[in-house]
Amino acid sequence: MSEISRADVEHLAKLAHIAMTDAELEKMTSELGVIVDSVKQVQEAAGADVPATSHPLPLTNVFREDVVGHVFTAEESLANAPDAEDSRFKVPAILDGE
Amino acid sequence: MTETLTEAQPLSFEEALERYEPVMGFEVHVELNTATKMFSSAPNAFGDEPNTNVNEVCLGLPGTLPVVNGKAVESAIRLGLALNCQIAPYCRFARKQYFYPDTPKNWQTSQYDEPIAFDGHLDVELDDGEIFRVEIERAHMEEDAGKLTHAGTSGRIQGAEYSLVDYNRSGVPLIEIVTKPITGAGERAPEIARAYVSAIRDIVKALDISDARMERGNVRCDANVSLMPKGSSRFGTRSETKNVNSMRAVEHAVHYEIRRHAGILAAGGSIVQETRHWQETTRTTSSGRPKSDADDYRYFPEPDLVPVTVTEEWVAALRAELPEPPAERRRRLRQSWGYTDAEFRDVIAAGLLDAIEETVEQGAAPAVARKWWMGEISRLANARDTEPAELGVSPATIVELNGLIEQGRINDKIARQVLEHHVDGEGSPAEIVAARGLEVVSDDGALTAAVEKAMAENPDVVEKVAAGKLKAIGALIGPVMKETRGQADAGKVREIVLQKLGIEG
Repeated sequence: MSEISRADVEHLAKLAHIAMTDAELEKMTSELGVIVDSVKQVQEAAGADVPATSHPLPLTNVFREDVVGHVFTAEESLANAPDAEDSRFKVPAILDGE
Repeated sequence: MTETLTEAQPLSFEEALERYEPVMGFEVHVELNTATKMFSSAPNAFGDEPNTNVNEVCLGLPGTLPVVNGKAVESAIRLGLALNCQIAPYCRFARKQYFYPDTPKNWQTSQYDEPIAFDGHLDVELDDGEIFRVEIERAHMEEDAGKLTHAGTSGRIQGAEYSLVDYNRSGVPLIEIVTKPITGAGERAPEIARAYVSAIRDIVKALDISDARMERGNVRCDANVSLMPKGSSRFGTRSETKNVNSMRAVEHAVHYEIRRHAGILAAGGSIVQETRHWQETTRTTSSGRPKSDADDYRYFPEPDLVPVTVTEEWVAALRAELPEPPAERRRRLRQSWGYTDAEFRDVIAAGLLDAIEETVEQGAAPAVARKWWMGEISRLANARDTEPAELGVSPATIVELNGLIEQGRINDKIARQVLEHHVDGEGSPAEIVAARGLEVVSDDGALTAAVEKAMAENPDVVEKVAAGKLKAIGALIGPVMKETRGQADAGKVREIVLQKLGIEG
């Protein structure tokens, strides 16, 4: 039995700002359930002594020197912007968030 | 169901403190002064044309990869050490996901459960010298967001039609310092709030890891306040006043929130857990957005950045090079200079500690250094609408100018004129004195002639002096100064007058 409920999917859809119909929610609940159940098998195989892996390569401290590299002009920055004004990206006023 | 009361007339501060115990917590964001951004090689600079300090990483373009700025990591470790924190031997970055146009990636790269520094403390000094210890929960690395301007009728987000985004600030390295809940502050809570932010600013300046200019947002404070009834130890619901960007505003915001909470609680209402906005003009806060402890940012380890490991050797090397803590330095200087508490406080408030220290190091007496920086230089700076340190007066110039006074070649009044000419770019004090012929008239002949003239023109004064009213000599000094264009030595004038009248000085 999957641990993913329809309420979980609704919550995720809300966080991701994706509007979903009832039918889509049903379908996604079942599909995400299958994915989570599949990944679960890995968890069972790994055992408690294996820490969760976020980075598969044993690399740490890949740092960059603090030296200025290439930079865009305002025109280049805005080249893909759907809309712009005063060298700035123009976006709809959004009230939630900070 | 009756509606819960969430607004009421604020209580007076005194009444609020009689009934409740304030609990505070601070999140201070420090922008680092690295040359480049946290995860890209675009410049970290303030005040440039919009969207000209960005590259593909800052704009979150698809397929781009961030790379950590090593200098920023070093700055974070140094700040952690200065805050007496433990440094994590291993930590990762995490994605904090939210939708808002200030971040083009739809997440902020931050740290979540593995901050680079944790469990520290900072002893902050209050105005009367009392030390209050603030416990530090953590200091973690993250990136700043872009800057939004809300266009429309009001200039505020309410009623705005659209927003304009400048990503120059996007990706600027930040360190967020989070305190543990601060209890036991009582009526000194607002003062402690100011002293804490001030101490953080001093430390990042001393470490030279931030420009620390609050008016530019280099140091920004979110102030959490809650109240619990006297005798209780259960924290109340908190409000979070965002981006309070001056030390005085932090103090006032805490003061106001204590009063506001107390008013609501005393009337039987309950506090809404929310962000608040500080209103400088009314010195009040206004409601922002609801905030829940369960805000779901779906943090997960940043897959595009490898973990950071910090060896004991690295920590030891950075610890060995830490500067003297600002509070200790102040104590040392105050003792060594012998200023009164008030004088020293004024020097700190004027931001002239460094200038005076350097002037003293170059040979001026502490009192002389203070006299010039706090006096004439501050006055000139004020008249020219700038900061004393920006006037271009070097400590060496002060030492030279004072030397001319001590040698008796100019008097105080002339020295002040020389300083102004120096600020106007006329050269060194000695050059100005020579070029303008400002040297004190010590030539007895010229001075004696001027004194004789003044005595002849003021027989009534001479009579008084002759009758023993020595104070009246002052009335002769003016005309002599006038005659010598201010270059007479007042002591010398007095000497000559007394000599002429045959009086023992």
